[in-house]
Amino acid sequence: MTDLVINPTQSRPWGKILLRALLFALLGLFALFYLMPLFVMVTTSLKSLEEIRTGSLIAFPREITFEAWRTAWSGACTGIQCEGLRPYFWNSVVLAIPAVLISTVVGALNGYVIAQWRFRGANLIFSLLLFGCFIPFQVVLLPMARMLGLMGLAGTIPGLIFVHVIYGIGFTTLFFRNYYVTIPQELVKAAKVDGAGFFRIFWSIFLPLSLPIIVVTVIWQFTQIWNDFLFGVSFSQAGTQPVTVALNNIVNSTTGVKEYNVDMAAAIIAALPTLLVYVVAGKYFIRGLTAGSVKG
Amino acid sequence: MTEWLERHIPKMVLAPSFIAILVFVYGFIAWTAWVSLTRSKLLPKYEIKGFIQYDRLFDSPRWDTAMGNLFIFGTLFIVTSMVLGLLLAILLDQKVRTEGVLRTIYLYPMALSMIVTGTAWKWIMNPGLGIENMVRGWGFENFSFDWVINPDRAIYAVVIAGVWQASGFVMALFLAGLRSVDGEIIKAAQVDGIPSYRIYSAIIIPSMAPIFLSAFIVLAHLAIKSFDLVIALTGGGPGYATDLPATYMYAMAFSRGDIGQAASSAMVMMAVVFAIIVPYLYSELRVKKHD
Repeated sequence: MTDLVINPTQSRPWGKILLRALLFALLGLFALFYLMPLFVMVTTSLKSLEEIRTGSLIAFPREITFEAWRTAWSGACTGIQCEGLRPYFWNSVVLAIPAVLISTVVGALNGYVIAQWRFRGANLIFSLLLFGCFIPFQVVLLPMARMLGLMGLAGTIPGLIFVHVIYGIGFTTLFFRNYYVTIPQELVKAAKVDGAGFFRIFWSIFLPLSLPIIVVTVIWQFTQIWNDFLFGVSFSQAGTQPVTVALNNIVNSTTGVKEYNVDMAAAIIAALPTLLVYVVAGKYFIRGLTAGSVKG
Repeated sequence: MTEWLERHIPKMVLAPSFIAILVFVYGFIAWTAWVSLTRSKLLPKYEIKGFIQYDRLFDSPRWDTAMGNLFIFGTLFIVTSMVLGLLLAILLDQKVRTEGVLRTIYLYPMALSMIVTGTAWKWIMNPGLGIENMVRGWGFENFSFDWVINPDRAIYAVVIAGVWQASGFVMALFLAGLRSVDGEIIKAAQVDGIPSYRIYSAIIIPSMAPIFLSAFIVLAHLAIKSFDLVIALTGGGPGYATDLPATYMYAMAFSRGDIGQAASSAMVMMAVVFAIIVPYLYSELRVKKHD
């Protein structure tokens, strides 16, 4: 958009400067509002319990201690077990990597077919997939629990991977379909004339063009799966829980003294992977968010 | 043979996903719909008994609370996030040199799990040691901020945390929308000496109607599915003061062993979602045809 603000090289009446100051004051205040919880989490995690009880919420730690971090990682209790977040963090890693990869590959192939190899009924299938993105998962929770039981996957990590792949396909297909639909169909036609087949065309023409959408999809899926709680809490059991479920158990475990510093350290640990992705690849993260909401 | 294969490969590639969606989305919805019409308790029964589960649901004060909370939470969450998001987008649109940094700061909560958000805000709003204690320490001895443990206020605590998480995302949507408005029209308006606030209220904002709709859909969807945030922040309590349909359904399915109630509440949730989504999808598809 063009500038609504008067060119700064022109004369600067006091009113304009005041308005500008007000603008930055507002922007700064909002920045504080968004940063405050992160700041409180970090400082609280570095304080001793004694200091937390006597000090103020937003005070810097007088004495920095990493004791809470050590406890959160390897000693905090989730119910009866006291092994910290570590095993559950790895559960989430082991769960997220295959689930992200499989759903992305399936989405890429689906999107490729729907956008470039149209056949009768392909649009109907796409609409059905799209609709599936919007259902509240509560409506599939009960039958899925039974199905996982029948498949012998109840309470296992492969079971959770399966669930995340199934309910991730809608979005990954949507992402790739919307990306491939902008590639002219003449490309496929020309390649077919040259004798290239379905997979050959995908592999040597479409895949090399797909890096941006692959990054967007992988980030989207990773964030969704890492941050998932509903599936994790419904379909896991002690030992196979993902990190979000373990974090909630640590925070809400009622045994012993409430260790707020451990809670905060655990929350930061659980948030680190997705925060890292956001800081490193924020542009793609935002593109995924907006692509997921503004269809077409 | 190879030619036949080559012709049908696209269908065969799509077939597994199609079958999976048919079974695991539509088949499962049908299963839930069926069970919601039975007397299922701990185990599902398949003999249809009519709408007794729905009668029980609508008679249940706990469900009443959950739906009332969804209404309060949904309305406040959507309206506040939209207003805040639009305000932030307009402020950031004033040629701010630090825009990149500020945008990153406003949007990072969206990368967090709702469980993390809930945990953080639960601590911040902790009556004994959080904001209340801090403000009292400043000398305001009578200051009270006990929303997370106050049954009449707890749902507003959920709103605060939800808005904190989602408003940056709305800002990103609106900012993209502001940037896509035709610059020529704005220049023409400026030449005519129309003040900035009028340019926003009469030209830019009305032209962003589709983005308002998208933001509304996403936020409404988030609100109805909200589960993790309530679980982490209040656990649905005190009592069931902050129950939402999602937590009600979960409680019935996994701790009360009342599958019939769980199924019927899930069906009502889906009906609410579809009441919002279907007109939206329909209008989207219709617009596409006109192009």
